[in-house]
Amino acid sequence: MKDCYLGVDIGSISTKGVIIDDENNIIVSDYIWTEGSPTKAATKLVSILKDRLPENCVIKGIGTTGSARKLVGLLLDANIVKNEITAHAVGTLTFYPDVRTILEIGGQDSKIIILENGIITNYAMNTLCAAGTGAFLSSQAKRLGIEINDFGTYALKSKNPTKIAARCTVFAESDLVHKAQVGYLKEDIIAGLCKSVVLNYLNNVAKGKKIKTPIIFQGGVSKNKGVVKYFREVLNEDVIVDENGHLMGAIGIAVLARKNKIGKTYSLNVKNIKFETKARECLGCSNNCELLKVYKNNELIDSFGSKCGKF
Amino acid sequence: MTKIAFPYIGDYHVPAKFFIEKALGKEVIMPPKITKKTVEIGNKNSPEFVCSPFKYTLGTLIEALEMGADTLIQLGGGCRYGYYAEVQEKILKDLGYNFEMVNLINNGKPNFLGIYRKLKKISPKISIFKFIYYGFLTSKMVIYMDIIDSYIRENIAFELEEGSFESLKKLMLLDFSKINNFKELKNKFNYYKEEFRKLKVRKPNDFYKVGIIGELYTIMEPASNYYLEKELAKHKIEIKRFTNATYLLFEKKRFVKKNIKHVNIKYKMGADATDNIIRTQYLCDEKYDGIIHIKSSFCTPEIAAMPIISKVASDNNVPVLFFSFDTNTIETGVHTRLEAFYDMLEMRKRK
Repeated sequence: MKDCYLGVDIGSISTKGVIIDDENNIIVSDYIWTEGSPTKAATKLVSILKDRLPENCVIKGIGTTGSARKLVGLLLDANIVKNEITAHAVGTLTFYPDVRTILEIGGQDSKIIILENGIITNYAMNTLCAAGTGAFLSSQAKRLGIEINDFGTYALKSKNPTKIAARCTVFAESDLVHKAQVGYLKEDIIAGLCKSVVLNYLNNVAKGKKIKTPIIFQGGVSKNKGVVKYFREVLNEDVIVDENGHLMGAIGIAVLARKNKIGKTYSLNVKNIKFETKARECLGCSNNCELLKVYKNNELIDSFGSKCGKF
Repeated sequence: MTKIAFPYIGDYHVPAKFFIEKALGKEVIMPPKITKKTVEIGNKNSPEFVCSPFKYTLGTLIEALEMGADTLIQLGGGCRYGYYAEVQEKILKDLGYNFEMVNLINNGKPNFLGIYRKLKKISPKISIFKFIYYGFLTSKMVIYMDIIDSYIRENIAFELEEGSFESLKKLMLLDFSKINNFKELKNKFNYYKEEFRKLKVRKPNDFYKVGIIGELYTIMEPASNYYLEKELAKHKIEIKRFTNATYLLFEKKRFVKKNIKHVNIKYKMGADATDNIIRTQYLCDEKYDGIIHIKSSFCTPEIAAMPIISKVASDNNVPVLFFSFDTNTIETGVHTRLEAFYDMLEMRKRK
């Protein structure tokens, strides 16, 4: 029997899952779209992974990360629930122990993690707006009538990227519409957009941080070849994109699940669990907290959102 | 009959209410503490890009007016805060409220005689003797509160019985509001100091110390920083905070003058920006594990200070976490970043 560990990273756009063994080998992995329903996505993903898991593997630990980590952590009865910053750093360090900078652009947020001798020394995350994240790129792809998967290929075709305002999505979008209407080539506009994502990231998230090599770029947007190209061009350094880059958070949390294992064996039979959430507004005081009660098999297991601690 | 109201900031409504009731002999209206409703009212009636303290205080003032207040007290700081009283007065008058606005401090420079003259307008009968006596008594109360508060901040994370510090503090504030003279105040202070020391704490040999710096309102009003200190305490972190009323009223001027030469700044940068750079250097020198800088969104002096703070800290290899709070900030995001900050501290210590 082989001990294995499941890591699930539930992001705003996609849900990633991976099962690793004691030597950090990936046994199975997959990712599916979250589509606004993290528990459904996680259930589906875990079932997929379970079907593909070799007979001789037993799950000894489960970890969840990403924006729905708490909820899915309850669903899967995870032994560790951790934020995505730590998970990404741990995951990346497993494969690149000497990494100094992690650039990460996901669906809804972007972050930079600075490491030294294998430990995080500093990090930052976008605060106020979602400028230059995956969500913005995919909405613009739709506007331009191309598939988000072809975005990078289009960008690479351009010889003359257009300048697009890099600060704010609202400005970027009106700039983009304007450039399209006056007749710039589509690939030039797309290339310009990719470049503006890079500049925006460096100006906002990475502001004041010293970016040292080796640099690793991950998150959904790292699949976009155009953005990768402009990161290399602007930073004038090599930027590594791992083919498992999108899985790093899930791998990291699986590693953490192994480190924090409690000796329990998990079954992964999640299909039959009845998992429900009920939302209601508390009218106890003028805070009007939005309470979310979580039921597992009709049993109340947790509730979120209360400010006073009554629930 | 004059009914006075003022915005909340931390627990300082206790001494403020005490002073107004004792020295002026006026009634004080206490609106409910800042809740979501307060924020909503404030948000609705404020310019969108104003710093968030404006929104919080405006919300409280409207709630107070609804409860029948007819005299509002505001203070002015050395930044945009300096215009709060005037702009809020205009907004509230446009909303149709009838009241008088008194701005006790102009431009962030407390002036004893000026305050007296302004209070005389509210309560013409106030004698200079009463004003001075209760002025000093209230100041002393504030100083005592701040001393206890810093003890709490150092120890609350390690309390054995959950909530013991908070409930004792509530009792203390209640008792403080009932005193009549210096002797009673001093007795109460000594009593509670002992009581706080008696509360059982278990400090491990190895714990993290974090300094909190930044813009004054967001630091001092827990509702506006999403109870950051409480969150940190949950992670067993000892907190050092510089900004409190004692500092702003009595120490700020001397502190900046004395220490500005230690950091490489030639000119003062307005509000607490210079102070925060000096504090960053101090926290680095004292080997703190990390620094958390908090401000309200659009706080200009702090925005100017941030690159310098970031540079000073990275030169000293101390991590800084920057938070910019607005009334629309999502709490989950705050918790994610704090959790990562804690993990980072742990990783750094273990190496």
